[in-house]
Amino acid sequence: MPNTVESPPSKGASPALRSASLARIAPVLVVATLLPLGGCGVLDHGMLGAAGPVADQTRHLFFIVCGILLFVVGPVLLLTPLFAWHYRLSNTKSAYRPQWGFNWPLEGLIWIPPILIVVLLAVFLWRDTHRLDPYKPLASALPPTEVQAVALDWKWLFIYPEEGVASVNELVFPADRPVHISLTSGTVMQSFFIPKLAGQIYAMAGMTTQMNLAAGAPGTFRGENTQFNGMGFQNQKFQVRAEPATDYRAWLARAKTDGRTLDMPAYKALSVRSVQAEPSRYGAVTPDLFKAIIALDDAGAHAAHKEAKQ
Amino acid sequence: MSGDELWYWLFGRLDAKALPFVRAYDHPVLSEFIGAGAGAMVVIGAVGVVALLTYMRWWRPLFLDWLTSLDHKKIGVMYVVIAGVMLTRALIEAVLMRTQQSLAINAPGIVAPEHFAQLFSTHGTIMIFFMAMPFLTGLINYVVPLQIGARDVAFPLLNSISLMLTAGGAGLVMISLAIGEFSTGGWSGYPPYTGKAFQPGVGPDYWIWAVTLTSLGTTFSGLNFAATIYKKRCPGMHLMRMPLFSWTALCTSILMIFAMPPLTLATALLALDRYADFHFFTNDLGGNMMNYVNLFWLFGHPEVYIIVLPAFGVYSEVISAFSSKELYGYTSLVLATMAIGVLSFTVWLHHFFTMGQSANINAVFGIATMTIGIPTGVKVYDWIWTMFRGEVRFTTQMLFSLAFIVTFVLGGFSGILLAVPPIDYVVHNTVFLVAHFHNVIIPGTLFGMIAGYQYWFPKAFGFRLVEGWGKISFVCWVVGFYLAFMPLYVLGLGGMARRSQALFEPDYRPWLIVAVVGAFLLLTALATLFVQLVVSVRERERNRVPVGDPWDARSLEWSVSAPPPEYNFATIPQVGRRDAFYWRKAARGAYKPADHYRDITVPKNSWVGPFVGLGGAACGFGLVWHIWWMTILGFAGVWITVVVRSFVRDTHRVIPAAEVEATDRRWLDQAASAHPIPRRLEESPENFGLAEPFPAPVPA
Repeated sequence: MPNTVESPPSKGASPALRSASLARIAPVLVVATLLPLGGCGVLDHGMLGAAGPVADQTRHLFFIVCGILLFVVGPVLLLTPLFAWHYRLSNTKSAYRPQWGFNWPLEGLIWIPPILIVVLLAVFLWRDTHRLDPYKPLASALPPTEVQAVALDWKWLFIYPEEGVASVNELVFPADRPVHISLTSGTVMQSFFIPKLAGQIYAMAGMTTQMNLAAGAPGTFRGENTQFNGMGFQNQKFQVRAEPATDYRAWLARAKTDGRTLDMPAYKALSVRSVQAEPSRYGAVTPDLFKAIIALDDAGAHAAHKEAKQ
Repeated sequence: MSGDELWYWLFGRLDAKALPFVRAYDHPVLSEFIGAGAGAMVVIGAVGVVALLTYMRWWRPLFLDWLTSLDHKKIGVMYVVIAGVMLTRALIEAVLMRTQQSLAINAPGIVAPEHFAQLFSTHGTIMIFFMAMPFLTGLINYVVPLQIGARDVAFPLLNSISLMLTAGGAGLVMISLAIGEFSTGGWSGYPPYTGKAFQPGVGPDYWIWAVTLTSLGTTFSGLNFAATIYKKRCPGMHLMRMPLFSWTALCTSILMIFAMPPLTLATALLALDRYADFHFFTNDLGGNMMNYVNLFWLFGHPEVYIIVLPAFGVYSEVISAFSSKELYGYTSLVLATMAIGVLSFTVWLHHFFTMGQSANINAVFGIATMTIGIPTGVKVYDWIWTMFRGEVRFTTQMLFSLAFIVTFVLGGFSGILLAVPPIDYVVHNTVFLVAHFHNVIIPGTLFGMIAGYQYWFPKAFGFRLVEGWGKISFVCWVVGFYLAFMPLYVLGLGGMARRSQALFEPDYRPWLIVAVVGAFLLLTALATLFVQLVVSVRERERNRVPVGDPWDARSLEWSVSAPPPEYNFATIPQVGRRDAFYWRKAARGAYKPADHYRDITVPKNSWVGPFVGLGGAACGFGLVWHIWWMTILGFAGVWITVVVRSFVRDTHRVIPAAEVEATDRRWLDQAASAHPIPRRLEESPENFGLAEPFPAPVPA
């Protein structure tokens, strides 16, 4: 085994020197203190400010993994400056063994702990990748609210198949039960993300992906597309509202008063590239519109394809 | 034939609107002025270079001594020059993007969305393909033949062709600033967004052909280096006696050979989609972009290790040399390097955990990804234990290596977080990811390349770089890095999407301001690096190290003069163990004349490389603008050049033994008259490149 490292000789700085250097770094310290105060809110916009069970469990996993990783990072951050400084050329008291280049016990120390740590992490990874699989329905006494999301340039269309309404750039659901979202794209690939509630999933044309999420309590959140898709990308945010069941029913009723019907021509008009600043709603939706949208880009459904093109 | 038809025959879809100056005149807004300014910089830069070459009468030496040279050392230097030019452009773009984001919180900022998208696309494309790749290819070119005791690479002409193809690709990216526009699809160019339906313009075509040219060049480089290392090692240089930089070069070459073809294929299929209405990756008629994503990352993930491993090699050399110690755990390091190489092909799916595959698939790839952490961690500890009981000197190269270890480990930390699929779901596509890959690539590649440049510069040019400016630059790089990228971790956790031209969350502001300060500091760091070069050239007489061993290093490249002769070694060395030069020095046998000097055959200069590069670039430019005569001419030019060359018999010239002997004896005389210096004086003008023999007692 290698010898333990002698601690480097400590040098006492004179008080004058110390205060001078303190004065120099004072502005830095002030900024460093104020920054978190001014900027702490930022973390609340993401998974660390979890507002639903999926984000909450992810946050838990995040802290576990961070904790384990401290054992990987810690020794490196300690040993690197320690060895470099202790064995500096000007330190004549440190040992010098230029031909020392191998040691079996040390090899074990270098190889085995990282392997054990990866094995440990792999256990958590396997368990939580399955537990937090976005396709997995969330446990709940009430059935989930069904939503079909269509990614468009540069807006999101949400169809409520059970209710026969649709909304643009506004996802509203009851807070007392989970939401099951089926996603597709009417354009290029996009990524659906509500940072405070759950992870993200891609939406791709001609295909369906799925996501399950829930809010722990009523609230308003920001949703976004995170996959660059052109000049309106930065504006492609949408409002997410988890509402008490009664408010949700009221919203549905209000949506139904909108005179417009979302059928294929209306969808074609909506899917033209544009940024839509304010949310809008459709009081009625053609049955199976979501399937028809997928079929537009599905070579297998050739008939639907031809029909839609007419 | 009408005027329009004639125009199309001659100039394809090129028109006045392609010029940023015209666009700025039509739409006089700041964003267009910035674009026109950038275009003007390219034009002015090109005119300036032409004027300088003419004024200094450097045209002949430029072509006859450099561009047509097949000497691996000159080719290596030219690669690094390309990297330096491209790094400058891409770093300026980064500063512009950071400035934009810090200003555009509920405000328009200074660049329009279209312009911003081109900025992040060119920044990424350049930094990977035209900065990192040429830089490491340059270092490998320069160093590996010297390290393994060879006179040149296995295929010198192919080497020149590789260089010129890369230069052609870089040229296309530069031309896109002045003529037309670049892709807005990012460095990964995902279809269908980069397909004709969504981007009918020339942008993605510039991206496709620039990347295709350089990926072909890189494939050839990989084949060339691998053949060189397998076949051209000097007698006794067993694989397990090679210096670690050569090992990492071998591993990178193997990765290049296997990883570049998927990229070439992906861009070729995308080109068929765009030019010939194929449907490989379109939304409709059976196309599927998921195939592109898989192909791209089948290249893309090994690519990460292509650019990181050579830097690992540099650190292994630098830490060993500046600790005056043999490398700890050589066998472990070799095994770890090769393990990383193999594993790098098994993890590509982690770039798209969010594409909807099953939890089993995601978990398997997540675990495979974490497994790479094991050999990487082993390497880090091997470097740390190399310093143990050494004599560490804090030169610029060593400071970069130490900063690398500390910083890279933090990048590994966030890498393991991203390898866990559920955590990836919440930070994917955010600036957390941007922070992570900069956190591994900047210390893991750029710092390594800079350290390698500082380390081998005296070997290549015969004088050391000045330390003062090097240390200033080091501080700027490291502090700039932390300021620029640590805030992005926070912002990413706060849900900030990457590639956002505008933001709507005031809470992001303080962190974005810190990041832009960091970006400016990084630009300062690059500037000080150039200042260091200029000052060093001016003070070169003070810092000459003609004997060639300024750092008391251990491998063969230090056993020859600085700069080395064209043929590298007067006689091919024989080695009996690792660190051959070190032991030769210890046995007082390092500076001895040879028993016999023989004639040395070296390849003659050749115009094939420049013609192939020019033809490739012309073909690419023609394809971008649909100028078909130029496309055909460029393509034919490439092949005619190659065919004609195959009939040329007179391809070598002989350097007579007498000349070799005279050169060698001149150098030996210098070594005999030089004063050997101990390590504590290695940064002083007394360092003439002759190290005090081992063991070096350290005076109190």
